Amino acid sequence: MKRSEQTRSLGRKIAGIAVLLAGGLLAATLCFGASASSAQVPSIFKPQSTPADSIFRLSLLVLTITGLIFIIVFSLLVYSVVKFRKRGGDNGREPPQVYGSNQVELAWTVIPVLVVLVLFFATARVIHSIQDAPKPPGTIEVIAIGHQYWWEFRYPALGVVTANELHVPVSDPSHPSPTFLTLLSADTDHSFWVPRLAGKTDLIPNRENHTWIDPHETGLYLGQCAQYCGTQHAKMLLRVYVDSREQFDQWVQDEKKPAVIEDQVAEGRRIFETTACLNCHAVSGTVADGHFGPDLTHLMSRATIASGAAANTPEQLKIWIQNPDSIKPGSLMPAMKLNERDLDALTAYLATLR
Amino acid sequence: MASDTIALGMADEGARPIGERLHDWVVTVDHKKLGILYILYSLLMLVIGGVEATILRIQLIVPHNHFVSPQVFNRMFTMHGTTMIFFVAMPILFGFGTYLIPLMIGTRDMAFPRLNAFSFWMTAFGGLLLYFSFIGGNGLYGAGNAPDVGWFAYAPLTSRAFSPGHSTDFWTMALLVSGIGSIGTAVNFITTILCMRCPGMTLGKMPLLAWLNLITGGLVILAVSPLTAAQIMLAIDRYLGGHFFDTQAGGAAVLWMHFFWIFGHPEVYVLIIPCFAFASEIIPVFSRKPIFGYPVMVGATVAIGFISMSVWAHHMFTVGMSSYGNSFFTATTMVIAVPTGIKIFNWIGTMWGGKIQFRAPMLFCIAFLFQFLIAGLTGIMLGASPFNWQLGNSYFVVAHFHYVIVGGILFTVFGAFYYWFPKMSGRMYNETLAKWHFWLFLIGFHLTFDFMHVPGMLGMPRRIYTYEPGRGWDIWNLIVTVGVFFQATGVLVFVANLLWSLWRGEPAGNDPWDAWTLEWSTTSPPPDYNFATIPVVESRRPLWDIKHPEDPDWKYE
Repeated sequence: MKRSEQTRSLGRKIAGIAVLLAGGLLAATLCFGASASSAQVPSIFKPQSTPADSIFRLSLLVLTITGLIFIIVFSLLVYSVVKFRKRGGDNGREPPQVYGSNQVELAWTVIPVLVVLVLFFATARVIHSIQDAPKPPGTIEVIAIGHQYWWEFRYPALGVVTANELHVPVSDPSHPSPTFLTLLSADTDHSFWVPRLAGKTDLIPNRENHTWIDPHETGLYLGQCAQYCGTQHAKMLLRVYVDSREQFDQWVQDEKKPAVIEDQVAEGRRIFETTACLNCHAVSGTVADGHFGPDLTHLMSRATIASGAAANTPEQLKIWIQNPDSIKPGSLMPAMKLNERDLDALTAYLATLR
Repeated sequence: MASDTIALGMADEGARPIGERLHDWVVTVDHKKLGILYILYSLLMLVIGGVEATILRIQLIVPHNHFVSPQVFNRMFTMHGTTMIFFVAMPILFGFGTYLIPLMIGTRDMAFPRLNAFSFWMTAFGGLLLYFSFIGGNGLYGAGNAPDVGWFAYAPLTSRAFSPGHSTDFWTMALLVSGIGSIGTAVNFITTILCMRCPGMTLGKMPLLAWLNLITGGLVILAVSPLTAAQIMLAIDRYLGGHFFDTQAGGAAVLWMHFFWIFGHPEVYVLIIPCFAFASEIIPVFSRKPIFGYPVMVGATVAIGFISMSVWAHHMFTVGMSSYGNSFFTATTMVIAVPTGIKIFNWIGTMWGGKIQFRAPMLFCIAFLFQFLIAGLTGIMLGASPFNWQLGNSYFVVAHFHYVIVGGILFTVFGAFYYWFPKMSGRMYNETLAKWHFWLFLIGFHLTFDFMHVPGMLGMPRRIYTYEPGRGWDIWNLIVTVGVFFQATGVLVFVANLLWSLWRGEPAGNDPWDAWTLEWSTTSPPPDYNFATIPVVESRRPLWDIKHPEDPDWKYE
C-alpha cells in the first residue's frame, strides 16, 4: 500500500510540474505572439527578402530536427530519473552493476552521425545560395560605411550620399532589382543587421564585405548595429525604407540635387559655415565638406537624427546641437554651445535642407 | 587501505596563533590548501561578477532605463565576462583539479608543488590587476576606469586611438599573467596524471576525473598559448608601435579574432570537460552503478578535445568568410555534437537501472544533463552558419552560452562543491539549505536564460545598454531580470550553507556517500600526506572492490 501511495503522490507531483510547464509554454507562446505581432518587431521569423527567407526555411528544418532530438533525449532522461529512483521499500542492495554495451554505443554514435550529415548538407546548400548569389542586371549597388555610431550610405552609380536611413526599391521577382551592399568601416567593427531582410554581416576596417537584400514588400524595416563598436553601440540604429520603384526613383532625383539655398536663413547658414559644423558635415554646393559626420545636404528628407535615436524635429535638432549627450551620451558629436539666437537661426537653416 | 593516520608531530591546529595559520596558507605548496585557495578565490570573484551581471540586468529591465550610463554599462559587461571566464570558471575548475587529482590517483601531492603555488598566485594577481583598473585604468587622465572593450576585446577597439589610457592594458596584462598561471597548472596536471599514479592504476583504470583533466590540461596548453601571444602582440601594438591589429596602419582586425577564438573555443571545452568529469564521478555514485561505457567516455572526450581545435571560426560566421570557409566550420561544429551526444547518452545509461538518490550533488547533475542538452541543441542551431547570421551576436547567443556556462558549468560546480565539501572540510553541509539553493537557482536560471533566447530571435543584439520600446523586447527583458533575483537568493543560501556547515556541520566521516574512488579512503579532511601508505588498486573502483570482495570490479574490466 505504501508503495502505491508513494507512486500516486509522485504521479501527482509530476502531473503538477507538467501542468506548470505546459501553462508556462502556453503563456510564453501567447506572449511571443503578442510581442511579435507588431509590424515594427524585427523578428527573424517574418522574412521579407530572399536571404532572410532562405535562412527562415533552414531554421524550420534545424528547429524540427533539434526539437525531435530534444523530445527523445528529454523523455529518456525523465523516464530514467523517475523510473530508477531509489524507492522507499528498497532492499538496500546495490543494483546490478552494468559496465556498458558496445551495440548501444554504436547505435548512439551512428544515428547522430547520420543526423549531422543531413543537417550539414541542408546548411551548405543555403550557405552557397546566399553567399554565391549572382547579381542580376537590375542590381542597385550601395556602399555602406560604418562610423562610430552612425551609418553612411553611398550609391556610386546614382550619385547619392545619405546616412542612417537606407532607401532601396522593392524587388519584383519577375524583374528582380536586389540591392547589393559593399560593407566598409571608417573606424571600429560594426555589423549590418536588418533581421527581416538578411542575416548580419560585419563591417570591418581594412576589409571589404558584401551582403544583399531583395525586399518583397514596401515598408520600413528596422535593424541596428550588431557588433559592439564603442560607447554608443546601442544607439547605432538602422532603418531601411523599401520604396516602390516610382518612389525610389523620385527619392534618387531629390537626393541628387544640391542643397536648397534660401535667403531667409542666410544667418543660420553663415553660422554653419563659420563654426565647427563644417569640419565634420558636408552640405553639397557649400563650403561644408566634412566627412566625419553624416552628410546634411538633404537632412530633412530623413525621419530621424542621431542614427535613429531621436525624431527629426526642430526641437530635437536643437537639443541635439546644444547637448548631444542628453540624447546619445558618448556620441562623437560635440556640444556646440551656441547662444539662443544662433541656435534658432542654425536650426532654421537646417530645416531648409530638404 | 590508507585510512589510518600517522602522527607527524602535527601540533593541534586550534592551538596555533591565527597569524601563523594564515601564514601557512600563503606559503603553502600543499595541493589541498592550494585547491581550496583557488576555490575560495573563485567564489569571491563569482560574487563580484554576479553583482556586475545584476547591474547589467537592472539597466535592461525596461527600455530607455537610466540606472547606469552607457560607459558604466560597457565596463560592467567587459568586467563581467572577463571575471567569470578567467577568474571564476577557470580557477574554480583548476581548484577542484588541484585538490582532487592527487587524492584520486593515490599520490601525496602534485608533480611540481612549487609550480602549483606559483600558478595559483599568478592567477590571483592577474585578477587583482584586472580590478586595479578601476583605480588605475585611466592613469594620469584622471579617475580610474575599468576596460570597456568587451571580453573578447575586438581590434581595433583596443588600439590606442579608440582606447586611450590604461584600461585595456590592465585587461591585457591581467590575462597575460593569469594565462601563465593557467599554463603552469596544465603542465602540472598532465605531469601528475601521467607520472604519479599509484601502483596498479594503469591509464585504463584511472577515474574519469583524472582522464578528463588530462585532456583539459592538453587543451589549456594549446589554447592559452595563442591568447598569451596575442596579448603580447597587442601590448607591442599599444606601446612599441606595432601594427598587428592596428587597422589604421594596415593591421588586421580579423587576425585578432582568429587568435582570440583559437583560444576562445577550446576554452569552452577547457571549462566544460572538468564539469563532465564531475558529472562522471557524481552520477555513478548516486545511481549506485559504475559509469556506463568508460572507454567510450574517454574516447569521446579525446575526440571532443581534437575537434574543438578546429571549430573556432564558428564565432566568426559574420565576418565575411568565403562560402567554403563557412561550410567547413559548419561541418566541424556539427561533428562535435556527436561525441558530446555520446556522453549525454552514457550518463543516461549510467542512471538506467540504477537506484538514484536525489541528494544535492545529484540534483545539480540531473539539471546539468537537461540544460546541457538544450545548450547543445541551440549550439547546433548556431553552428548552421546561415542561422548564425541571424542569431549570432544577438541575445540568443548570450542565452546559449550562459546555458553552457551557468546551466552546464556552474550547476556541476555546485554539485561538485556539495559532493566534495565533506571531504574538504570534514563536515556535512545542510541538505535542506542545499535543496533550497538548488530550487531557487533552478527557477532563477530558467526564468533568466530560457526567456533570454526570445529577444535575440526578435532582433535584439547583445551589448546594448538600452533599447527602443515597441520592438517586442520589453516583456522578455523584464522576465530575464526577475530571474536574476532568484539566482542571487540561491547563491546567498549557498554561502549561508557554506558558512554554517563549516562552523556547525555534522562530522562527515571518511566516506559519507559510500563512494568508490580513492579520495574517500582517507580521512576528511585528508592529512597533509594524503595517504599513510600509498594505495594499490586493481580496478577503476578500488573502494567497491574492498566493499564487495565477493564481486570485485577487476573481474569484469
